[in-house]
Amino acid sequence: MKADPKGVMTGAHYLDGDHACCEGALAAGCRFISGYPITPSTEVVERFASRIPIVGGVFIQMEDELASSIALQGAVWAGKKAMTVTSGPGFSLMMEHIGLAAMTECPCVFVNVQRGGPSTGLPTQPAQADMMQARWGSHGDYEIIALSPSSPQECFDFMIDAFNISEKYRVPVMFMMDECVGHMIERVSIPEADQIEITERNYTKLPPGEYLPFKPAENMVPEMCKVGDGHRIHVTGLTHDYRGYPAMNPEAQEEQVGRIVRKIRDQADDIVRYEEFDVEDADVVVISYGITHRVAVQAVRAARDKGIKVGMMRLIIVWPFPEKRIAELAEQGKALVMAELNYGQVFFEVDRCAKGKVPVILAGHGGGTVHETDYIVSKIEEAYQCR
Amino acid sequence: MSAETKKVRLTLPENEVMSPGHLACQGCGASMAMRYALKALGRKTILSVPACCWAVIDGPFPYSAVGVPLQQSAFEAAAATASGITNALKSLGKDDITTLAWAGDGGTFDIGLQALSGAVERNENMIYVVYDNEAYMNTGIQRSSSTPHGAWTTTTPVKHYRKGQKKNIMEIIVAHHIPYCATANIAYPEDFIKKLQKAKSIKGAKFIHLFAPCPTGWKHGPDKTVKIARLATETNTFPIYEVENGVYKINKKIKNVKPVAEYLRAQGRFRHLPEDELEYIQSMVNKSYKRLEKLEAAFGESA
Repeated sequence: MKADPKGVMTGAHYLDGDHACCEGALAAGCRFISGYPITPSTEVVERFASRIPIVGGVFIQMEDELASSIALQGAVWAGKKAMTVTSGPGFSLMMEHIGLAAMTECPCVFVNVQRGGPSTGLPTQPAQADMMQARWGSHGDYEIIALSPSSPQECFDFMIDAFNISEKYRVPVMFMMDECVGHMIERVSIPEADQIEITERNYTKLPPGEYLPFKPAENMVPEMCKVGDGHRIHVTGLTHDYRGYPAMNPEAQEEQVGRIVRKIRDQADDIVRYEEFDVEDADVVVISYGITHRVAVQAVRAARDKGIKVGMMRLIIVWPFPEKRIAELAEQGKALVMAELNYGQVFFEVDRCAKGKVPVILAGHGGGTVHETDYIVSKIEEAYQCR
Repeated sequence: MSAETKKVRLTLPENEVMSPGHLACQGCGASMAMRYALKALGRKTILSVPACCWAVIDGPFPYSAVGVPLQQSAFEAAAATASGITNALKSLGKDDITTLAWAGDGGTFDIGLQALSGAVERNENMIYVVYDNEAYMNTGIQRSSSTPHGAWTTTTPVKHYRKGQKKNIMEIIVAHHIPYCATANIAYPEDFIKKLQKAKSIKGAKFIHLFAPCPTGWKHGPDKTVKIARLATETNTFPIYEVENGVYKINKKIKNVKPVAEYLRAQGRFRHLPEDELEYIQSMVNKSYKRLEKLEAAFGESA
């Protein structure tokens, strides 16, 4: 299905990542945001608040992030595409409801414009240190999908992907921006509405009485319904059966929780998304994502100039993680450098997948600014030498 | 020039605890408020400040302005942090130190309400001051549940400005049956200081709702802060009263009440409002004030 032209601001614009993220959401069909002010993400909802009188939709400024992260789930079950937007401390408060969204298989998007942490940290400066929290932050077993844009253009483009993926897999999607990407202003080109592919919610065609809201259909993903369709259903955070009724026994746990984990893990090959260049002949591969990827590209070029055969792998979807590809690179004897704005998070996943076959070096950084190119180059040299 | 010097009686305590060189915007009502509060309470005060303008205004240690210990905590946690402080002081036997929770309207009316309700319900020995500038000013002017009807903010843009009355936080806290609740206004520092000193002398939870304009967010000149704050009370938009052990007392009864339009028209955030909205706001102000008068009549000293 094509995008609704009302939400698509076709043309070339000069936008920051936050505003582009908002435009991406509108183009993707999002008509509901529940949010709460927090630097550096507030511009997303400010723009949404000023755009909805024209586009139509609802913005609710909630009383805190606990409320923001659940209001959007109410909106989803009522039949809207919805998201919430926050940053570090707010994301921490949202954790319980991310688990609820995973458990109830509620398709929605959580935007986190990452800033330096922990706690209040660096409200106006970047980091990428919420990556593991995005994956594991709520209690219990579950899987989510996380994307990481590195430019305002990608904030627009990947936002549409984020909504589409959340509908396809009935899963909460984490949109992991950072302060740099959120506040940098670049050209954003927004296509015509008929050029934008939208995944509609997979509403059931079964009549009331036959439809089961948690019975796996295509791709292990159950079909959806919405309020007013006439279905008598139950949505709960308790472990539930196909009907949604609480079923607190090991069999139901295996059936429901096992499936919400497997529907992502078993289909990870279809979901993972990355870009590579100069990898084929490389002795060293730099892996990165988000804003750090842009610095890493400079470092790769600089190291090539120095005569080191180095390639670049850029993660677009960070979770699920491209385990197989990392294992392949390690199998081929390519030393790996992980560049990220934290003291090692995705790094441990790279290390795990390399299985000790090649050196895996962290080019970490506590945040507050982006990496120095030279620092990543020095890590490339280190990896090259201990290969 | 006359050689005679006129004697001036100081109406505020002379001591200065807060030092100049803070990071507030020009004309910030909240920065004046803290100066007065520390004059009233003195150096033996510990501050609990959540995320709010004051988390920034103080400045980075050791260049901080307040001159007393300040514990900064999470946005929702001013009252909870202060609960920890005050109970620790109690167990240490230090009963001469005042615990002062100091939060903005967002951190009090919205995200911090749960912690505040819990703390006052336990009747924790603390003073809680909400400096109310009627929006999230620290993140750049987003509406809060304290934003008044008609106001522009970045999340209630002119096309669909804030509709609905601000939350009556005083009534919420009064409903917790604590020993002392009061409103105050930075335009009346003597009253504010007197109330803080009274609060200091009372054991248990004390709550002060302090009106503190924000030139940046309200779109008025930094030189107009006190004038606009005073207009809020002179128009009965923000009446000054206290509730001590359930007894209501209006502390400032305005003789010649000015029209609310005078207060609203002085600020850019209400500039878009049509005349009928001004009339509506006037009627709501009248109604609220009448209600307060009835409360005083029913539950005042003479009742």
